[in-house]
Amino acid sequence: MAKSLKQRLAILSDAAKYDASCASSGTQRRDSSASGGLGSTEGMGICHAYAPDGRCISLLKILLTNFCIYDCVYCVNRSSSNVERARFTADEVVWLTLEFYRRNYIEGLFLSSGIIRSSDYTMEQLVRVARDLRTLHNFRGYIHLKTIPEAAPQLIEEAGLYADRLSINIELPTDQGIEQFAPQKHPARIRRSMSDLSLKIEAAKEPTLKTKRRQRFAPGGQSTQMIVGVDGATDATILGSSVDLYSRFRLRRVYYSAFSPIPDASSALPLSRPPLMREHRLYQADWLYRFYGFDVAEITSVRADGNLELDIDPKLAWALANRDRFPVDVNRAEKEMLLRVPGLGTISVPSILSARRHKRLRLDDLERLRVSVCKVRPFIMAEGWSPLRLTDRTDLRELFASKPQQLSLFG
Amino acid sequence: MIRLGLRGRGDLAEWRDAARALLRAGVGPGDVEWQVRYDGADLFGLADDPLPPPDPAVPAPTVPAAFLTLADAVICHRDPARFALLYRLLWRVQGERALLSIPSDPDVARAETLEKAIRRDAHKMKAFVRFKEMGLPRDGRRRFAAWFEPDNFIVGRTSGFFQRRFTDMDWIIATPKGSAAWDGRELTLSDQPSAKPDLIDATDDLWRTYFTHIFNPARLKVQAMQSQMPKKYWKNLPEADLIPDLIAGAEDRMREMIDREATQPKPFHHRIRERE
Ligand code: SF4
Repeated sequence: MAKSLKQRLAILSDAAKYDASCASSGTQRRDSSASGGLGSTEGMGICHAYAPDGRCISLLKILLTNFCIYDCVYCVNRSSSNVERARFTADEVVWLTLEFYRRNYIEGLFLSSGIIRSSDYTMEQLVRVARDLRTLHNFRGYIHLKTIPEAAPQLIEEAGLYADRLSINIELPTDQGIEQFAPQKHPARIRRSMSDLSLKIEAAKEPTLKTKRRQRFAPGGQSTQMIVGVDGATDATILGSSVDLYSRFRLRRVYYSAFSPIPDASSALPLSRPPLMREHRLYQADWLYRFYGFDVAEITSVRADGNLELDIDPKLAWALANRDRFPVDVNRAEKEMLLRVPGLGTISVPSILSARRHKRLRLDDLERLRVSVCKVRPFIMAEGWSPLRLTDRTDLRELFASKPQQLSLFG
Repeated sequence: MIRLGLRGRGDLAEWRDAARALLRAGVGPGDVEWQVRYDGADLFGLADDPLPPPDPAVPAPTVPAAFLTLADAVICHRDPARFALLYRLLWRVQGERALLSIPSDPDVARAETLEKAIRRDAHKMKAFVRFKEMGLPRDGRRRFAAWFEPDNFIVGRTSGFFQRRFTDMDWIIATPKGSAAWDGRELTLSDQPSAKPDLIDATDDLWRTYFTHIFNPARLKVQAMQSQMPKKYWKNLPEADLIPDLIAGAEDRMREMIDREATQPKPFHHRIRERE
């Protein structure tokens, strides 16, 4: 019996939830006041709901179809899986996006698909949805399209014209991992496609000589996802691979997805799954690399095995391993060093820099800057405050380590 | 002591006019008592004192642009002390030019806390307003209505966002703290409390399906969800009443996935793989 739209929506959102990205920020600012159409993107992304897994729901994230001719071991949609299959028409996806958008459930669409027939055929379907939304329906909300690495260049060109963001998942941090767990995918080809995207994205930022107008190509840039815990890669390997992607292809984001149980899992998967905390620590480390001036090697060399600590965050772990760099004087230290203090961040550091031009800061000044004083106290000096030498304290780790995770999830 | 009552429903001009007069008359922050005047309150003899005439000896006040931006947000806050706080800042900034760049100053810190609350409230409004369709289109335009309960007087502030985004449809956002409506030509604002519209929209059912199935039961993080989507918003979110059952069923669903034996692939798989 034919499945209803609602049944297919259930199947195809089930199939899409393992993609971690739901971002709707960082694209050009635009709205509908001149066009009289529908939709806007005004800088900050908006999370319209949160699922009980704590994840932001910003976009309608669905697959066009979960039929797939590939057999990636970790994937719920691989050809050898027995999950229920379904397929939307391009028109149905367009309709769902617009109706959801009108009710303010979402910022836009993140459309992906299993590979059906061929890469070009699949990509053509994805592009059609985006094209119809933009040209037939005057839709100015956010669109993220998954890009099929092998698709023809003119399809990619068109995708970039309509989409805010394009992404190709690298899937695993090492080439051997990809070959082993995604046998139909080719690491070299994935990287070549990322590189092509990156060149086009950069080129579109420059106005062309002839027309003086900017061409539009994925103004929200490209992102990718890596699955954590399927192969044996250490955190150092994973983060090293991210740094490589960030620097070579100017990715906006690398998403980490701790591999989690899926319905009808393959027996070729590892039995134990990585703790969710590992994924969280990877995001923190990624953040330290991108916004805090840390070198990945500094963060991953704290432990001999190349993995991040699970019970304390990577910034604190670095601080405890480099106690001789503390305490840091909040009234004199350089911005770079302030950013390295556990408990200070990219919001509080500029406030400190601004406030200390006018007076010497005390602990209660920091409190008013919304700094958690009990957390930073051991690491800083302020007017009227100098801590015990860190090297003399043995209890710091215990002070900060998170409580052991409860086994029951509902405690 | 001068006693002044303001309606204080998010309108900066109301406060600004009074504050300007006080400043030009040289009335210090300690000599004004600001009150919130509820509609009809003057029936009970709570009439305002008249504003004093300008004092020629007082130099023309100056207001940094940053102050106006801050005040524009702070005035929307429901804290009854906001009028006095802003006046104190305005008074002090006449002499202390750099005041607003000292975030550790108690008055500045307090104002920034209120501003931050307004920004958060407005952000949550943009996120959690849910439009429901009202019957058939009229003159070719579809019509929607939403009910929302903001903490502060932010409807005016956020209405432009909705106008720029939902331009091709008619809509009204009703709240206990005012309303905004758009008909394709004009944005109409009111600061009067509205009644809650009673509407049912069949598309909510599809959204609930999506919400249920985009959730991964193997990654339950209830705290993370609740810190971003506090329970006070739940009653107006069509998806929120699904949450308790999703949480309660998560552990079983995860167990089931883990305990399940690997199955045999369907013929479809073998056919594709043979072609390789
Ligand atoms: S290509 Fe691989 S990862 Fe993508 S849907 Fe198919 S099986 Fe899953």
